[in-house]
Amino acid sequence: MGMIGETVDSIKSLQIRQVLTQAVSLGMIVTSALIIWKALMCITGSESPVVVVLSGSMEPGFKRGDILFLHMSKEPIRAGEIVVFNVDGREIPIVHRVIKVHERGDNGEVDVLTKGDNNYGDDRLLYAHGQLWLQRHHIMGRAVGFLPYVGWVTIIMTEKPIIKYILIGALGLLVITSKE
Amino acid sequence: MHSFGYRANALFTFAVTILAFICAIASFTDTLNSPSPTVEVKVLNINWFQKQPNGNDEVSLTLNISTDLQTLFTWNTKQVFVFLTAEYVTPKHALNQISLWDGIIQSKEHSKFTITTSNKYRFIDQGSNLRGREFNFTLHWHVMPKTGKMFANKIVLPGYRLPEEYR
Repeated sequence: MGMIGETVDSIKSLQIRQVLTQAVSLGMIVTSALIIWKALMCITGSESPVVVVLSGSMEPGFKRGDILFLHMSKEPIRAGEIVVFNVDGREIPIVHRVIKVHERGDNGEVDVLTKGDNNYGDDRLLYAHGQLWLQRHHIMGRAVGFLPYVGWVTIIMTEKPIIKYILIGALGLLVITSKE
Repeated sequence: MHSFGYRANALFTFAVTILAFICAIASFTDTLNSPSPTVEVKVLNINWFQKQPNGNDEVSLTLNISTDLQTLFTWNTKQVFVFLTAEYVTPKHALNQISLWDGIIQSKEHSKFTITTSNKYRFIDQGSNLRGREFNFTLHWHVMPKTGKMFANKIVLPGYRLPEEYR
């Protein structure tokens, strides 16, 4: 009871100046998060520098909920690398390993074939209808490092949106009621 | 000032910082390991070698692979993904890499072995360039750590050649 009472009191005792200060500091937090994300995009050269593994197709290497750090360099794509690619007509990118590479001699264009370590066959069934190979423009980046479990936060929040709203609400309340 | 929320927040932040720090150190210790794996590949038989109706050459091989990857394992190693490719150059393509076999090794005890297998993935060229083609076998390994940076390297075994005629 005490905590709720205090919270209500602190909301009542708010003054304009204080509200403004808090709004500004909240804005600072949001913008600095955005700046960090965009800076990571510039450094890694990938449009999404961090991805969460959603399926078990790369087990036991990557499990559902692991976080992968991506890097997109000019270096050519080689067999064995784990790449994140987009297929036309599919919204969610896929993280799989390259098993075949054919690189043209004249213009350096590549045809690659991928496969999930835990899948029985290659990925031709996942590609767009009639597509046999992935080209450079399908590939968003290659995985360079990973952090286990952390991605569960995002998975839970996307699958159970109610938790997301509770969390945002609680954080918002904390920001409003905190006095510095 | 010293409310429950603040204390919980401080404790959580501290715990996450320490965890991130330990992960970084664990990943760093991997760089101190200098592995020296060995591999030997023999082509036991060419099962068949033909041109597909669409004009691409395809060959089927029986391979004997013996390898020792024990030095790749450290305390931060979750698994080693090892695979054998055939790599060759054709007039049109500066590089062709075809995976023929792969395996996931999760412990040091299983990292020294010899197997005889036919190629797990189809050995198909983009075109009809395989007759008499010189190629090399390359054993690649990708080390997946429990946390942190992934490592990869390879051994190239040059000097193999496919037959001049289909069979």
